[in-house]
Amino acid sequence: MNQPSMFEALRGIIQRDLLLAMRRRSDVAMSVFFLVIVASLFPLGVGPEPTVLRTIAPGVLWVAALLACLLSLGRVFTADYLDGVLEQMLLVSQPLAVLVVGKVFAHWVISGLPVVLLSPLLGLQFGLSGESLGVLVLSLLLGTPTLSMIGGIGAALVLGVRGSGLLVALLVLPLYVPVLIFGAGAVTSSSAGIGGEANLSLLGACLVLSLFFAPWATAAALRIALE
Amino acid sequence: MSVTGVNWLKYSSPQAFYPLAGRMIPWCAAAASVVMGVGLYIGFFVAPTDFQQGEAYRIIFVHVPAAWMSMFLYVVMAVWAGLGLGLNARLSFMMAQAIAPTGAMFTFLALLTGAMWGKPTWGAWWVWDARLTSELILLFQYAGVMLLRTSIDDLRRADRASAVFALVGVVNVPIIYFSVRWWNTLHQGASVSMTAGSKMAATMLTAMLLMTVGFWMYSIAVTLARVRCVMVEREQLPAWSKQSPMPDVAEAR
Amino acid sequence: MLETVALSCSRGQRRLFSDISVTIKPGTLLAVVGENGSGKTSLLRMLCSLLSPEQGTIMWQGQDIRQLKELYCAQLTYIGHLNGIKDDLTPVENLTVSASLAGEKSAGARVQDALEAVGLRRPVHSLPTRVLSQGQKRRVALARLWLSTRPLWLLDEPFTSLDTAATSFVTQRLQSHLHQGGMVVVVTHQEVALPTDVVQCLRLTG
Repeated sequence: MNQPSMFEALRGIIQRDLLLAMRRRSDVAMSVFFLVIVASLFPLGVGPEPTVLRTIAPGVLWVAALLACLLSLGRVFTADYLDGVLEQMLLVSQPLAVLVVGKVFAHWVISGLPVVLLSPLLGLQFGLSGESLGVLVLSLLLGTPTLSMIGGIGAALVLGVRGSGLLVALLVLPLYVPVLIFGAGAVTSSSAGIGGEANLSLLGACLVLSLFFAPWATAAALRIALE
Repeated sequence: MSVTGVNWLKYSSPQAFYPLAGRMIPWCAAAASVVMGVGLYIGFFVAPTDFQQGEAYRIIFVHVPAAWMSMFLYVVMAVWAGLGLGLNARLSFMMAQAIAPTGAMFTFLALLTGAMWGKPTWGAWWVWDARLTSELILLFQYAGVMLLRTSIDDLRRADRASAVFALVGVVNVPIIYFSVRWWNTLHQGASVSMTAGSKMAATMLTAMLLMTVGFWMYSIAVTLARVRCVMVEREQLPAWSKQSPMPDVAEAR
Repeated sequence: MLETVALSCSRGQRRLFSDISVTIKPGTLLAVVGENGSGKTSLLRMLCSLLSPEQGTIMWQGQDIRQLKELYCAQLTYIGHLNGIKDDLTPVENLTVSASLAGEKSAGARVQDALEAVGLRRPVHSLPTRVLSQGQKRRVALARLWLSTRPLWLLDEPFTSLDTAATSFVTQRLQSHLHQGGMVVVVTHQEVALPTDVVQCLRLTG
């Protein structure tokens, strides 16, 4: 009788998902294109006045990142649910919560990290500069993993349910609001000269809390979905 | 509602709880009507006019108790959800299902009366400050709990999924409660506190507490009536309907 | 030794089965048969601990599997209706991942041998599973049985989509597993071609 160690199990899960993403590179590209399109809609709709754009930049960029994360949630568990890989994951002899962290981490690398890496470019387009850009990147670096972890709960709850795309948005957006407020607030305070440290540390706290509690909720939701 | 010496466990099956709930409803409904009537009378006619806000402030006698109930009912619903998950008890899930619509109603009432109060006081129907935003989020959470349940066809999965979601959302309730303390917001600071002396006139406080108790009795009555409907709808196992004849729903009211 | 005590299951309002008590001793195979909708897959999923029984308990070596949790999962290999393989990965990659998640040795040669033992020739091993036929995909899924060192195997209709050659490969593998003292529970519509002294049959009437 063999049991994988926790590290081996985590590595197996993450490696498989990253390998799959490399085979379907369009998934990564989709998040990036979506972010660029949504962010571009605002100057087109609001007008190109630089001061206005600089004011709305933190909110717009954060909402775009949030929506990109939301739309990618359909890809966290659904494919594995449909081909039976998810039920095999439930039978791995390590705590499911640990495996969930692996899955969500891989999902973040594929869908969230590109957003973080692209954000400085978009920030420049909106007229953000210097320190604000740095705070933007840092806030997204702390915030997008939190969004992925919380989103994982929603994705697991609606597995296989009809209309799950809209339903997961309704479930998950209320829980996203604090992260959005702190994230956009960090960049706004930094632009206003107050400094974004307070909001950034709150973001960090959200990340830590979500890392501790979200995997358990997600694991419970997965077991319920697979009964 | 503390009663000693009663074996509560025997009421944990839907069959036994159904008649108990039926007996409790008229009492709670009557208590609710009386207490709310007195509370509204005191609030609208007896309490003194506010120095700054004039007569418009009287809406707080509905607004504040509704807001308190919206938060309290969410926590109660989450407790029933947690009990259902932990004990795997159908009745707990049914109670959580029955509470959600009433909680959502009070949240909506709090937001509506808040807007009615906000317009004369702040000049705006809505402001995006911490307390209002988090109360709005609470409304979405109630909606999420109810929608999740109706979207899933399998009853057992629907119960458990909406229970998990309700529990996850409990984290928002302390945020609403403490939001006026944590953020400098436009909203009133806490004027009623458990520890410090209250900062408002005694009659106002009495009216608000009476309205809260009245709303609470109303919630119990409505929740019990609703859970009886849920039971009739769900519990169609042949064994039960043979043991005791299903009472007429019309007669039960 | 796997034992169920008074197991019962309902789906929605329907009672599927009740009061099932069976014992599976080492070296024996339990064949679960019955009509469609009689609860065979539900019973198997209960034995996997994927589904909680409505009533009754399941005991592994005398201990309740609900207490054992992950320790029990380490004793079993489950292959369900769904193959549990990713279409975008090759059979070798799929099997390597499955083996490493099960803590089994997954050196390249062992994986290739397992795939050959189930009847898949070398050229197929490096194609994406997407291009394989249903029968070939099922073989990839079943190849895990050649890598598994776990005592309890739970298989849901393993012979679906398999031709006679593959069916006999799998049956031989089951037999050698039973010889070594392993246990198998199979949900099947077909007769399992094994000697009757090692086969128990459980018929669910639904």
